[in-house]
Amino acid sequence: MEQFLQQLLNGIAVGGIYALVALGYTMVYGVLKLINFAHGDLFTIGAYLGLTLLVSAGIAGALPLFAAILLVFIMVALFVALIGFLLERTAYRPLRSAGRLSAVVSALGASIFFQNAIMLIYEPRVYVFPDFLRPTFTISLFGFTFPGIRLFIVGVSILLMLLLWAFIQKTRVGTAIQAVAIDQDAARLVGINVNKIISLVFLIGPGLGGIAGLMVGLYYGQIDFTMGWGYGLKAFIAAILGGIGNIPGAMLGGFLLGIIEALAAGYISMAWKDAIAFFVLIVILIVRPTGILGERTAEKL
Amino acid sequence: MAFLTLSNLSVCYGNVEVLHGINLSVEEGEIVTILGSNGAGKSTTLLTISGLLSPRSGNIFFNGKDLTAMPSHEIVGLGIAQSPEGRRVFSTLTVLNNLRLGAYSVTNRQKSQKTIEWIYELFPRLYERRNQLAGTLSGGEQQMLAIGRALMAEPRLLLLDEPSLGLAPLLVSSIFSTIRAVNKKGVTVLLVEQNANAALKLAKRGYVLETGRVVLEDTAERLLSNPSVREAYLGG
Ligand SMILES: Nc1ncnc2c1ncn2[C@@H]1O[C@H](COP(=O)(O)OP(=O)(O)O)[C@@H](O)[C@H]1O
Ligand SMILES: [Mg+2]
Repeated sequence: MEQFLQQLLNGIAVGGIYALVALGYTMVYGVLKLINFAHGDLFTIGAYLGLTLLVSAGIAGALPLFAAILLVFIMVALFVALIGFLLERTAYRPLRSAGRLSAVVSALGASIFFQNAIMLIYEPRVYVFPDFLRPTFTISLFGFTFPGIRLFIVGVSILLMLLLWAFIQKTRVGTAIQAVAIDQDAARLVGINVNKIISLVFLIGPGLGGIAGLMVGLYYGQIDFTMGWGYGLKAFIAAILGGIGNIPGAMLGGFLLGIIEALAAGYISMAWKDAIAFFVLIVILIVRPTGILGERTAEKL
Repeated sequence: MAFLTLSNLSVCYGNVEVLHGINLSVEEGEIVTILGSNGAGKSTTLLTISGLLSPRSGNIFFNGKDLTAMPSHEIVGLGIAQSPEGRRVFSTLTVLNNLRLGAYSVTNRQKSQKTIEWIYELFPRLYERRNQLAGTLSGGEQQMLAIGRALMAEPRLLLLDEPSLGLAPLLVSSIFSTIRAVNKKGVTVLLVEQNANAALKLAKRGYVLETGRVVLEDTAERLLSNPSVREAYLGG
């Protein structure tokens, strides 16, 4: 029982990270019908920038640990959001009318550019988050003791998703994001500035992705410049699993993938957890080609 | 210059020109109709006015302003709203959210609340279904929603693209009397219709479009009795 709960919570923590990254893929896909292949690298930038701000810039030393982490979360979100915004302006917008393949090539190019930029700035080696950055407290719940960092990550990711959900559902601009995803021309006809909405999505998605990158650093304690590839792929799978373009789908897909992986690693085989996760993806897509909550067909990729 | 003026307007899809130098004008307060068979270029004309297509040459003036290179959201802001062909409602949003989005360009929320109430008066069905997803409405209800959504922008000029398409006859006459009521409130209407008979009875003037050219332009009365119009669009 204890082991099961620990694995489950681990799965929810990792799943929350997948979900935050998956939201970036799915929201961009929603408004542009484009897979932003550079999204995983924005996630990596979040991890590196977070480490730099906490350690090299000395924010961790200047403030109590929790305040420092929260402040750096916000700074990372803003900075990575800005990079996402500039990415759309420079790599995607000029190609808007040039057809989908050009945009895909541009996305792959942007991904390589970011990966190389990180490698050149930070050197191609593994970076370790110093132990003092990683909260070591534990929390007791229902007679079990859980690592505080796990609960912290679960809490932050769920909070961010609730905020996003409320924004999308309850505000005028959030509804406009949905409208642009449903029918871009109809959105124009009601007076929505579609370019502004696309820019906004490229602020929100990368902002969340950057926070997720920093979370991985805090959770596992080490990062490297290729981490965006693996996490990006997993999050992309999560987005497909939930139904690409569908916001609650990305959340559900992320948590589902994280939990399946963690339980597979704990009860079947650590080495086979990725294979099992892919197997589940394939089974779900055979049963429901549009993903769990999706309406659009996956072929539209 | 008229309230709305299209002068020498040519529009292309890719390299294919489908509107060849159209001239058309609408005075404030009028209902003007554009007739023409399938593929004549009626929808293209309305989409170009709304800024979804940009002309290859020629100009569009509205209320003294040049719309020719203006982005669509600014055109809505100037007071031109459109209920497009095929309704294009936001199917996975509620009726109420569709209407609210219609007022996206309107900054005065209190006024929008009044407009919603007026639209519910015009279309009581929309009130009954306000919390339903737009995609679950019948074709006629979706048409009401598309018109209601356009009215939410508080337009001075309303562009309607085939509002009666696919509707039962009873519903058609109800939609047409609604258009008349809207016009009475001071909204100028440019109406594209396949149902030429009903459109000409409603409109003050009409244009006949054939393969991207205006071939006839007259008062609705005279078009109704014009033999070639009767033969081509009114079933003899
Ligand atoms: N998206 C498009 N791409 C290419 N050609 C189009 C497109 N839409 C319409 N056309 C062509 O433009 C012409 C005018 O179409 P349209 O304005 O829709 O006519 P109408 O509304 O009068 O039926 C037709 O020949 C049609 O085939
Ligand atoms: Mg048409």
